[in-house]
Amino acid sequence: MDSLMPSFKRPGLFMQRLKHNRMALAGAAIVMVMCVLALLASVVGRDPGDIDVSRQLLAPCWEFPLGTDDLGRDVLARILYGARISLLVGFVAVGISTAIGVVVGALAGYYGGWVDSLIMRFVDIMLCFPSFFLILAVVAFLEPSIWNIMIVIGLTSWMGVARLVRAEFLSLRERDYVQAAKALGAGDGRVIFMHILPNALSPILVSATLGVAGAILVESALSFLGIGVQPPTPSWGNMLIAGKQTLGTAWWLSVFPGLAILLTVLGYNLLGEGIRDALDPRLKE
Amino acid sequence: MTNLLDVRNLRKTFQVSTGAMAGSHLALKAVDGVSFSLRAGETLGLVGESGCGKSTTGKTILRLLEPDDGEIHFDGEDLVALSPKQMRSRRRDMQMIFQDPYSSLNPRMQIADIIGEPLIIHGLAKGRELRQEVVRLLETVGLGPACLDRYPHEFSGGQRQRIGIARALAVKPRLIVADEPVSALDLSIQAQVVNLMQDIQQQFELTYLFIAHDLSIIEHISDRVAVMYLGRIVELTLADQLYKNPRHPYSEALLNAVPIPDPHARRQKRPLSGEIPSPLNPPSGCHFHPRCPYARELCQHQSPELLDKGGGHLAACHFSEEVGRYRIPR
Repeated sequence: MDSLMPSFKRPGLFMQRLKHNRMALAGAAIVMVMCVLALLASVVGRDPGDIDVSRQLLAPCWEFPLGTDDLGRDVLARILYGARISLLVGFVAVGISTAIGVVVGALAGYYGGWVDSLIMRFVDIMLCFPSFFLILAVVAFLEPSIWNIMIVIGLTSWMGVARLVRAEFLSLRERDYVQAAKALGAGDGRVIFMHILPNALSPILVSATLGVAGAILVESALSFLGIGVQPPTPSWGNMLIAGKQTLGTAWWLSVFPGLAILLTVLGYNLLGEGIRDALDPRLKE
Repeated sequence: MTNLLDVRNLRKTFQVSTGAMAGSHLALKAVDGVSFSLRAGETLGLVGESGCGKSTTGKTILRLLEPDDGEIHFDGEDLVALSPKQMRSRRRDMQMIFQDPYSSLNPRMQIADIIGEPLIIHGLAKGRELRQEVVRLLETVGLGPACLDRYPHEFSGGQRQRIGIARALAVKPRLIVADEPVSALDLSIQAQVVNLMQDIQQQFELTYLFIAHDLSIIEHISDRVAVMYLGRIVELTLADQLYKNPRHPYSEALLNAVPIPDPHARRQKRPLSGEIPSPLNPPSGCHFHPRCPYARELCQHQSPELLDKGGGHLAACHFSEEVGRYRIPR
């Protein structure tokens, strides 16, 4: 039974497997570089709002490695500050969706019966909404601020986590150590948080990692459509849409934000897949 | 001696869905009207084939599974009537030792936390006192304080079972339900764990419900033995009575199947014919009649009751006085 979870049976094995997976390592490297760049944005780059019409639409050069936009702002600085927005949206939205998903899934999986039926039917209903259009509608209603976007993305993407957590709880609640805890007189809260949840963390981690990539994509798409992060705050999505107008003359305005989105999403996806593979007992060493 | 535990007419049925379509359910009577009592300080062995309801009986008594019907009197109080909250505080008095030492310890918890948890739950100790108590419990089961900050996967099966026993002892229970506590262990380790269980029984005046399918271990540890077949107790008597003089054909067949640890011993084999029937669709009358060498017409229609066949020897067989004809001497 332990072989189902190499992560806790042998934590060393998990790291070893992850290290042998080059794609996962590449993903981890990209993720780390992006995080460092986002943190250092104010140290490395210039002011992303610094307008200077005398250096409009400069092609990439020594002084501006990624060129300047139609207002003379440094594209590199804007991408670095955009990384902050993207990562912030990714982490906060995933944090919200994971928190909701874990609580809802734990309740359904632990108590079962009508609680489970009720919750899972609600999950089915939520899954019926095309979530992107739901987000569009909600953001159109509310003010399109970055916090609203994070909350809305979080509120519309917890269903997968809930199903995952429910499935884990259904299987873990029958384990002997859970029975033992109940026999000792442990209350539901203690059983759920001390005994079941710590053993269900691995798949939640995978799903959260992949979820960050999804949230970054959704945020970029919303900003691209103009209802995400509002200018002048730089975000990869609104940089793309701004670059679209000058695509013929200044390719760097679209290519670099696009590449940033591509690389980051790729990085999180590779890392997530790598963690999933490292946790999979069926894969041979 | 007074009865610590009185189980009366205990029933537990599981609903088994038969197809993808909801609504078609079959009832699996895992425990079908089981009654017995446990005197304080004794060990009652519960034997039977896999799937006969032994473990379900044990778990239902501790209300880890909710009984469908019947009464469980512990020290004069009916546990079935208690609310879940009341039951939680009552759990101090009754503990369980599990079969699989690899799944009965939380892999994410250190040994100190595993053994200390019951003390915290029932508010019995905290801080430094807690640690001292855990060390004392570890010593009781023959483990040193070096184990405290290690994780379950660092231990062997026998050591893990000792940890499980220490956890059960932490709350100073009076009754311990041991659900096949040694059947997952090596033979040499089995003896150590059984001896440990006997030692702590004397030391802490414990009462055991000892579930097993290994008749030699049951004989070694039990004062009385109950034999289960398809959710019912078919024989219940003193251990030496059962081994000398079984009064139910199923017990007789089980005893005939016990291997003799002597390679030169040759004996006539009379294995039971047939498989254990599906508990979803048990045979009519006496559940054992299709496999019974003594079976007659009556057995197909009428289910025998568990009756005293003399001297407190309970058996559920219409023809119990005939049983013994096929007994192979040891």
